[in-house]
Amino acid sequence: MIELTIDKKKVRVEPGTTILKAARQVGVEIPTLCHFELCDMGIENKPGGCRICVVEVEGRRNLQPSCITEVQEGMVIKTHNVRVLNARTTVLKLIISDHPFDCLVCAKSGECELQSLATQFGIRSLPYEGEQSHYRKDTSPSIIRDVDKCIMCRRCEMMCNDVQTVGALAAVNRGFMSVVAPAFEMNLVDSPCTYCGQCVSVCPTGALTEVDHTNDIIRALSDPTKTVVVQTAPAVRAALGEEFGLPPGALVTGKMTAALRELGFDYVFDTDFSADLTIMEEGTELLQRIRRHLAGDSTVRLPILTSCCPGWVNFFEHNFPDLLDVPSTAKSPQQMFGAIAKSWFAEKIGVDRKDLVVVSIMPCLAKKYECQRDEFKTDGNPDVDFSISTRELAAFIKQANIDFLNLPDEDFDDPMGESTGAGVIFGNTGGVIEAACRTAYELHTGRSLEKVDFHALRGMEGIRSATVDFDGLQLNIGIAHGLGNARKLLDEVRAGTSQYHAIEIMACPGGCIGGGGQPYHHGHSEILAQRAAALYTEDERKTIRKSHQNPSIVRLYDEFLGHPGSQKAHNLLHTEYFPKSNEVSIHLNGHNGQ
Amino acid sequence: MSQKLNIAPEVFAYMEHVTGTDGVAVRVNLSKEKIEKINQICNSFNNDAGELINVLHETQHAFGYLPAEVQDVIAHNLHLSVAQVYGVVTFYSFFSMIPKGEHPISICTGTACYVRGAEKVLEEFKKELQLKVGETSADGKFSINCLRCVGACGLAPVVLVGEKVYGRVSPDGVKAIIGEYKK
Repeated sequence: MIELTIDKKKVRVEPGTTILKAARQVGVEIPTLCHFELCDMGIENKPGGCRICVVEVEGRRNLQPSCITEVQEGMVIKTHNVRVLNARTTVLKLIISDHPFDCLVCAKSGECELQSLATQFGIRSLPYEGEQSHYRKDTSPSIIRDVDKCIMCRRCEMMCNDVQTVGALAAVNRGFMSVVAPAFEMNLVDSPCTYCGQCVSVCPTGALTEVDHTNDIIRALSDPTKTVVVQTAPAVRAALGEEFGLPPGALVTGKMTAALRELGFDYVFDTDFSADLTIMEEGTELLQRIRRHLAGDSTVRLPILTSCCPGWVNFFEHNFPDLLDVPSTAKSPQQMFGAIAKSWFAEKIGVDRKDLVVVSIMPCLAKKYECQRDEFKTDGNPDVDFSISTRELAAFIKQANIDFLNLPDEDFDDPMGESTGAGVIFGNTGGVIEAACRTAYELHTGRSLEKVDFHALRGMEGIRSATVDFDGLQLNIGIAHGLGNARKLLDEVRAGTSQYHAIEIMACPGGCIGGGGQPYHHGHSEILAQRAAALYTEDERKTIRKSHQNPSIVRLYDEFLGHPGSQKAHNLLHTEYFPKSNEVSIHLNGHNGQ
Repeated sequence: MSQKLNIAPEVFAYMEHVTGTDGVAVRVNLSKEKIEKINQICNSFNNDAGELINVLHETQHAFGYLPAEVQDVIAHNLHLSVAQVYGVVTFYSFFSMIPKGEHPISICTGTACYVRGAEKVLEEFKKELQLKVGETSADGKFSINCLRCVGACGLAPVVLVGEKVYGRVSPDGVKAIIGEYKK
């Protein structure tokens, strides 16, 4: 252990600890900007670039960046004397001198870490005049890059390259001209970007934000010829409350439903319903593939991979175009909802699909891209018209003057609002495969599952595995969250060494509860754990916890689809994948075992 | 396989030079020999991402410049993203995505040459060839670059054309040097 003094407080820490972390142990909070951490997940960005966190170390000539300087025995550190405060203020003013002053109209206003620091340091004027750097705005279906607001903290680069291994963004050019951009300064749409939105969730400023569709929705709600239906993803209810001052993990399902009704949606439905539907289709496909495999059919590919996550779908289309037959063909719950809403439900209420507007509230930015994909349109009319994030919904509710906290708890509408506990846990890493196991077990054995909680499948480790016993049939299950972890499991599949029968993958750390469209966590990983716990609580409260027992799902098959995997189900609920490789080299260069 | 990519307008100016298309730039296909050469260079550095700068140096030496598809192959071999490789290529002024001319002209602007009038020599080359620093003439014959010190300060100001060194160059002598290569 190493002993040192920080602001006259003695502290003992492990060797290798940074001054920043040692200070936190004695309650000294040093301001940071480029530094970012999700500590439970081993995710850390510390380029030591911004110098906001400098401190004075006795005996050293220069101020030291506390985020990268390791402690030494007997160090005496001052974190807020005049010299330190002056240095921080100067650094901050220099950063702001090349930053637009459009806070009033910035999407990040109120959540911007640069803005918070300017407030904290009482910046009232800037002594520096001169040119500011300018770069074109880049808009993709999900994400807007406005790099004039970039402060080169490199958090997005760390997320995109190290955590997600997507490699769409990196710092390019030099000095005043440097920006974070895709290779060859292409636009995001031409890059390998998966729209997972993790860059947006860690960006400290408004340089990376989501494409906002709130106004499109207001227009639809104001149009008397349109019937507007809304679906809410599982993870939204576990995070929306944070935007209204509730503690992380507060479940606001009832208030959210009431708020959506107040906003004027004609039918308030639940994506949990179509999550149950996904299990019916995906679970059936899983069982069929495994049974054929066990019967010796060599044409069947195992493992089967889940396909609910659009960031993940984009990732394998870009990086594993040779494995497109491995993921399940089942559409995501968002798209299954849209397909059923604009067929079964539209028929039921006698509305033409062109006059039915389907809106989705998602914890996700990739969903914005997904609902615009051509294969999810009929005669140019999309199954899901607009997808907005949890953050956009919160802003919409505030804009509409709704007193969210005092709303009564209300229920979803029938029939597409009915769901089971299995649908709810889709928002957590491990949740989809747990839900699938609950149904597949009963379908396979014909017996009732006594303990529905598969604790072995839960947790926050990046890659997990478990063997589930289906009465003698041992199913090896793999789970990965974060695309870098997914890549490891996919490399095994490509190499033919994968031991799994089924793999669940979610692009975002923690699953959808940590999605790119959720309220900003600012690096507090405990928030993700609390949201995950909330979804398991909601699951436990449900009387029905297995997808195939959802009465509305049973009715949907009876009235409309026939049986899981039927021709009609196939047409409406399954999809195909397309190769998207950008790399010219990948097919040509086989020398190093790739 | 070659792919069509929508390239940002700023970059397109560079890409056009490589491909000679308009509107949409086409990534040219690399020959098998060229890919083999890149693989060989990467292998000689154990495909180590930490050796990226050395790999880029060797590759530029072999090809004269670092076009997009070459960066693609390097990124793949070194397990880096192409964006990161492009980041390094654009950070160091030594690396170029534009092919050098048949006769690359390098004007030394190191301290010794600078104080003895390298700036005026450079201006003269730019005027004579109607090129900016880093550009290549339309016929592909000449390109202009600056470098820092070739270790011949006694001959300042120094100009290199290809491997050939010209010492004590004055602005008046620029025309004659270019003339040697115009035939």
